[in-house]
Amino acid sequence: MTGKQHILYFLSLHRTGLSVTVLALALILFPFLDSNPYTLGLTNLIAINAIVVLGLNLFIGYAGQISLGHAAFFGLGAYGSAIATVTFGLPPWPAMFLVAGLVALVALAVGIPVLRLSGHYLAMATLGLNYVVHTVLLQWDEVTGGPSGFAGIPSLNLGTFAFDTPLRLHYLLWTFAMLCLLLSLNLVRSGVGRGLAALAGDETAAASLGVDTRTAKVKIFILSAVLAALAGSLFAHCFCYVSPDTFGIFTSTDMVIMVVIGGMGSIWGSLFGAAFLTLLPEWMDWFETYKDFVHGGVLVLVLMFLPQGLITGIVDAIRIKLALRRREHAPA
Amino acid sequence: MLQLDGVSKNFGGLPALQSVTFGVPKGRLTALIGPNGAGKSTLINCVTGLLPPTSGSVHFESVDISGLPAHRIAHLGITRTFQNLRLFPRLSVLDNVLTGLTCEGGTSMCMAMLRLPVLRHRERQLRLRALEAMDRFGLSDKAGWPAAVLAYGDKKRVELARATVGNPRLLLLDEPVAGLNAEETASVGEQLRTLRRAGQTILLIEHDMDLVMNIADHVVVLDSGQCIATGTPDEVRRNPLVLEAYLGRMEATA
Repeated sequence: MTGKQHILYFLSLHRTGLSVTVLALALILFPFLDSNPYTLGLTNLIAINAIVVLGLNLFIGYAGQISLGHAAFFGLGAYGSAIATVTFGLPPWPAMFLVAGLVALVALAVGIPVLRLSGHYLAMATLGLNYVVHTVLLQWDEVTGGPSGFAGIPSLNLGTFAFDTPLRLHYLLWTFAMLCLLLSLNLVRSGVGRGLAALAGDETAAASLGVDTRTAKVKIFILSAVLAALAGSLFAHCFCYVSPDTFGIFTSTDMVIMVVIGGMGSIWGSLFGAAFLTLLPEWMDWFETYKDFVHGGVLVLVLMFLPQGLITGIVDAIRIKLALRRREHAPA
Repeated sequence: MLQLDGVSKNFGGLPALQSVTFGVPKGRLTALIGPNGAGKSTLINCVTGLLPPTSGSVHFESVDISGLPAHRIAHLGITRTFQNLRLFPRLSVLDNVLTGLTCEGGTSMCMAMLRLPVLRHRERQLRLRALEAMDRFGLSDKAGWPAAVLAYGDKKRVELARATVGNPRLLLLDEPVAGLNAEETASVGEQLRTLRRAGQTILLIEHDMDLVMNIADHVVVLDSGQCIATGTPDEVRRNPLVLEAYLGRMEATA
């Protein structure tokens, strides 16, 4: 091998690790380029959304299921942290992990019966879950503060260092987002991940190859719920205020749209989807009024032309084109 | 090695299998033949756990596997191919073959997420084995292609590679040469013979009589859900019941 080939081989062998390192460096340096609190506030929101979307993409893109109710877990995480820290006076960090554990139990209890369903039925059941949680958050005034929301949530801190400015939150939130990205990337590149990809592709074939389809679905559901709850807790500590409307079914559909833009089963696409949909309003002033139209339009267009999602669809098309070209040139 | 005792399967009131009894001896190639709709695919689905048998028992190396879920049966070392290909079109050929090693890839999600060194090492070994299996079936130059773009014959070979990569104890092949031309059929036949020489136990479902009569050690004939004959290819060929099942029908349609 020549020197150039060596370098190319090294790059292709370590492409995932290198991409993660490059992204991490870019994120560390980003505040030095643009420390405008408004911009950082936006990128922080991207980080929070990215954590939810990573989990949801594992569930939709890898386990091949559908959930229109992940805002429920997001909300349970946020309100859980709020109630644990304010009402019960627990310190934020243990509260966060305690809440994540409780949400895992909820997801287990919901997942076992609900994941026997598939397709439209599963979508309706998860949508119902979201409605129930949203209604509880809205109506149970004494505990959740009702429609006026829940204020006075403390910031996260390390010793006396409080994560209370957008700049500090930038590092905290993106550390979490990058950790989740790394864990997801590891998962999909393992034997377990291949089993999940098989499950998404063809359940019968996956079962015959030794994938315990029912358990795998529940496990991934729990994982995605825990990630959503974690993002919810971070959201609560980041804004110090939560209100029920943040966790309605439109948030759930927005999350699914992020997954669809990122593409089924594309971990990097999830980051892109979260960023794209979070930034979309910034590019258009008139957007607020017609938000749902635009989101719906994006969803319809992507699903019509690239049913596997935007990024995955484009990548697949390129891979197929390349392979077909090689097939033509290959000796018959 | 595999022993079926009085296996029956009813779909609603419709009997698809009626008290089928036969055995698949270790290290042999047993062929299961029968006219269309005889229940061959239903039988294989009952053995692999995709359908639970209505009654009767299936023993694999003296373990009762009737009614076990499919993934448990896969873990016991039974793999299969499908009559209508069931590849994962979006995954690369290499990944498709690697899914055949699911049972050895570990099941702990936490370990997978932490990507422990032991797992990375195992992953490299699995990859080597997959590449080896692909080499056996002449697929090495297509490792990175998405399975969707492969020609039909290549897809069949990927399924065979996926089913054999884990060195299964019993290999069930559901019409591996259906839709292939004579040349491709001959090459698959050669590969089956190689597997058979290596001591692989195979249960082959096939319509192609030339192939079956050439390579099978043992033939089981199914007709309308009933086992009507078993024996060596020569015995079966001369069995009047078998002739009637096949030829009688041909006269009726002629």
